[in-house]
Amino acid sequence: MTQAMLQLNDVTVTVTNGGQSLNILNHINLNVNPGDFITILGTNGAGKSTLFNVISGNLTPTAGQILLDGKDITKFSEEKRARYISRVFQDPKLGTAPRMTVGENMLLAEKRGQRRTLGLRHLRQKKPQLLKELGLFDNGLADRFDTPTGDLSGGQRQALSLMMAISAKPELLLLDEHTAALDPKTSNQLMAFTHQIISERNLTCLMITHHLDDALKYGNRLIVLNDGAIEGDYDTAAKAALSKDDMLQFFDSAIA
Amino acid sequence: MNLLTSAIGQGMLYGITGIGLFLSFRILRFPDMTIEGSFPVGAAVCVTCITNGMSPFLATLLAFVAGGLAGLATGVLYTKGKIPVLLAGILVMTAAYSVNLRIMGKSNVSLLNTKTLFANKFVDSLPPYFNSVIIGLIVVIITFVVLNYFLQTNLGQAFIATGDNEAMSKSQGIKTDTMKIIGLVVSNGFVGLSGGLVAQNDGYADVNMGLGVIVIGLAAVVIGEVVYGNLTMGQRLIAVIFGSIIYRIVILFVLQLGFNTNDLKLISAIVLAICLMLPALRDKFQIQKVIEKGVKPNDPSHAATK
Repeated sequence: MTQAMLQLNDVTVTVTNGGQSLNILNHINLNVNPGDFITILGTNGAGKSTLFNVISGNLTPTAGQILLDGKDITKFSEEKRARYISRVFQDPKLGTAPRMTVGENMLLAEKRGQRRTLGLRHLRQKKPQLLKELGLFDNGLADRFDTPTGDLSGGQRQALSLMMAISAKPELLLLDEHTAALDPKTSNQLMAFTHQIISERNLTCLMITHHLDDALKYGNRLIVLNDGAIEGDYDTAAKAALSKDDMLQFFDSAIA
Repeated sequence: MNLLTSAIGQGMLYGITGIGLFLSFRILRFPDMTIEGSFPVGAAVCVTCITNGMSPFLATLLAFVAGGLAGLATGVLYTKGKIPVLLAGILVMTAAYSVNLRIMGKSNVSLLNTKTLFANKFVDSLPPYFNSVIIGLIVVIITFVVLNYFLQTNLGQAFIATGDNEAMSKSQGIKTDTMKIIGLVVSNGFVGLSGGLVAQNDGYADVNMGLGVIVIGLAAVVIGEVVYGNLTMGQRLIAVIFGSIIYRIVILFVLQLGFNTNDLKLISAIVLAICLMLPALRDKFQIQKVIEKGVKPNDPSHAATK
């Protein structure tokens, strides 16, 4: 039995709202194995984003423990965890610095989690390497190397965010509905590219999605969240047996 | 001619304040009021050191350090004390008033008959008023070289990113609180330096000399932006200096119309208000496009981003 890459032990997040306390994450236990590509489904408010916030360090859990490679990172700040964990947000505006160029953003990401020193960034020397990286996904990003990211399309920005998240290899990649804000065609292209790069680079990844098709098509494991708890955890075989109707039925009952 | 020379010199000395303000207001997007405190702090420290026999060069460096300390205070209040940055700046600015009185011992200290950067053998040999232009130019060049280098380092890029997108910076492992503190220290350091230089040029430090400095600095930044439009980071630093000089010349022109110096603060505020409204007017009348067409070479990649 290999050691889990990421381990959540009894993780709970409680919020108090008007005197009532509510567990938005309710005693979550989860083991993620190295190389896992897990898709996460759940209704709005099921706790998907909270789960990611807790893993990335944006939010400290009320109770429970988070282990990465066996090391307790529960008390680590988001900045400190960035060395191991990278994340792509749903909102294209969140993932890149809008007044900085594509190249500058890539350079920022190359140093993810490392000390930033008074050494020069060497944009010009590193340009060929960065262009090669950007060229992996054919959507014109490489041609806009010197364009501020605020002037890019949503699809280009999300592709760039993904590139930035993987340019320094993360131990864990968190994708938070990273194709949700895009049109269907762009979304499919980016999703296919995501799948390709994850398998090529053997990344461990958690992906939140609202696309039932994507959730079933991609990844080796599927987790269903409901009311802050893990309601279903399907391995490769079980996942293959699931149909879209099964999932739709689940969502209907969850909402009702 | 003498008046114009003096305006250019003063423009450069106050331009350093503009550069400091550019770092906080434009890069970090902080409305940092500390500036009205760090400017006179720099002046008070510089003048007090000189009257106590210190070399003007060293005293000017200490003005930078003193301004930086004021920025540090604001930065710590903001990041660790969780006080909104506007309020933190006002607190430090207010406290600085008392500190300045303590440093100087009285509200106004003269530099009459002392050696300053603007009064020594070398600059005395120059034509009148050229001392401020020469010293101003030297300081501006040093400031530009140092800052332009810093902003291109990995640390400088992390600093820019923090002001640009904090959530993303954190997720890239940038210690955003540290970046904000560094930014406020460096920004106010330059404002303190500017205060020390202006005091030496004027020949005195006054506890009230910080009043309205924010308007002067902001005018430099905004005029630079209005006149020069889209620029790279390094060019923007230079545009601030030109903005500051233009502002001085405008003020000079207005004073020539017969207003007296008591009206200066009112005029300063009006000039800045007009400059701040210009982008809105510009959008309305589409002046920007016309100017850009006239200035920019035909560059398709630039046009595509518009």
